Amino acid sequence: MKNPRTYKDYIRHKKLFILFTALIAAFAALWAISAGSAGISLKEVMLTLIGRGGKQSSIIVFNHRLPRIVTAIVAGTGLAAAGCVMQSVLKNPLASASTLGISQGSAFGASFAIIVLGAGMQNQTFSGITISNPYIVSVCAFISASLSTLIVLALSSFKKAAPEAMVLSGVALSTMFSGATALMQYFAADVKVAAVVFWTFGDLGRGGRSEIFIMSAAVALSLLYFFFNRWNLNALQNGEETAKALGVNVTRVRLLGMLICSLTVSIIVSFVGIINFIGLIAPHLVRRFIGNDHRYLLPASALTGAFLLVAGDTAARLIAAPIILPIGAITSFLGAPLFIYLIFKGARVK
Amino acid sequence: MIRVKELSFYYNRDRMILDKINFCAPKGQCTAILGNNGAGKSTLIKCLNRILEPRQGAVFVDGKNIKELGRKDIAKYIAYAAQGSTGGRFTVFDSVLLGRKPYIKLEPSKEDFGIVESVIKRMGIEKLALRYTDELSGGEIQKVMLARALAQQPRVLLLDEPTGSLDLGNQHEVLAEIRQIAETEQICVIIVIHDLNLALRYCDNFLFLKDKRVFSFGGVETITPESVKEVYKTPVTVREIGGVMTVVPFPC
Repeated sequence: MKNPRTYKDYIRHKKLFILFTALIAAFAALWAISAGSAGISLKEVMLTLIGRGGKQSSIIVFNHRLPRIVTAIVAGTGLAAAGCVMQSVLKNPLASASTLGISQGSAFGASFAIIVLGAGMQNQTFSGITISNPYIVSVCAFISASLSTLIVLALSSFKKAAPEAMVLSGVALSTMFSGATALMQYFAADVKVAAVVFWTFGDLGRGGRSEIFIMSAAVALSLLYFFFNRWNLNALQNGEETAKALGVNVTRVRLLGMLICSLTVSIIVSFVGIINFIGLIAPHLVRRFIGNDHRYLLPASALTGAFLLVAGDTAARLIAAPIILPIGAITSFLGAPLFIYLIFKGARVK
Repeated sequence: MIRVKELSFYYNRDRMILDKINFCAPKGQCTAILGNNGAGKSTLIKCLNRILEPRQGAVFVDGKNIKELGRKDIAKYIAYAAQGSTGGRFTVFDSVLLGRKPYIKLEPSKEDFGIVESVIKRMGIEKLALRYTDELSGGEIQKVMLARALAQQPRVLLLDEPTGSLDLGNQHEVLAEIRQIAETEQICVIIVIHDLNLALRYCDNFLFLKDKRVFSFGGVETITPESVKEVYKTPVTVREIGGVMTVVPFPC
């Protein structure tokens, strides 16, 4: 990008960047629909989407691939937007679902449902794992994840919602939940432990229509809330005191922001399993291009998150087809090198 | 005009930080808050716009008790520039635009943009407008923060060590600008400052804090060798050098 000359030019650059990320995400989604063992061309995908495709491709697209890709888009959007807001509200580049105990909380809930309530186990066949009662697992994961959030927020509100207090109690709580999960697994039958491990890997193909609907509603509401708070988030970047002097109720923005982020992430994670890296990497990636202004950072992060998760999931489906690799492992495995590259490239630019 | 009445502040009840502070800073003038390290100067100005909530007492701006105003309304009356902070990756224009935050509903209006442009021009930072603030020098950042505070169109301007990280030329340039703004816009400016000579040169009123209380408050006549020695525990002489009142520590 060449240096903009006027503020209007500069704003146009940012808008163009958002458009660019939207196009990439859309293209990745189309490609993801066409890619797979039953090959469908891009043209056929388009035709099918507007209702003019063949019967077979209709079934594949609408029943198999589309729900999965919509799940990836919604989950990626929500995870990235929540990660972006958590990082700026806590002024901590490491803030994410896993540092604040949300992931560990949901893993504990899922383990409890599978092991204690008997909601799933491994079959005799190689990768045959049945979660016999996915609703109980999701509900337990959600309750436990939000419980961990509420404890973190309640503890930190004693310290006037100081960011360090939130991060530290989040770390403490995630350790506690991991410990509790490990204890539970220690005494559980191996078939059940296998089911827990399978659940925590994450799987975007789990969601049916109602799950997708709940997730979309939660993500849409949180995006709306973030949209109305974008100026508050900007003010907060300049330090707590400056934000207060600009008329921002810092404590409220922090507590409510964290609550909404955590609940959104809890809902997503309880449906698709633990997918950690998207919330961390998407905002950092976008910040490098368009800076810290949340008017542009938020939508661009959300779109980039959607793109990354769709791309990651497609890679997970294609690398060792017909086996679908666990998405949580793929995003972490491919995301980490990208993240390290960003950090060190950043160091050289400065 | 800002009037402070019996203001007290403490974090811990056993250890008072400010004890029954009274003073009145007029508009169109600069008032310096002076005192040694840890005297509570920064705490005092943070209490004025409720960044820190005063435990007792009241602050009135143009007759309005700020305790009865919401945060947003306070921000329309009182602006504050912190000690040398940076805003991360924001452009200068966006940083100054943030000063319009108390007025912005959803998106900044044409009027907001107009105000930001004129403030940027007034501070002489047009050339920096599209640079990122984390790439600026200390003096440039200070000007950006001042511009943001002015974009709030406040009645009172609180400045915490505005010259703390500036070189000689920039110190005088920034303070001269502040003084001129105070006069032309009829704003009441309150400056926390360490350098007595800069204060003497650019401020009209001087408030010495000592032992949690106001030691003295008044015009240039309150800066005497005796008062400075009492507050800073340092012997000084006050002389006119080159037509400028100057405090010289440890006179030979």
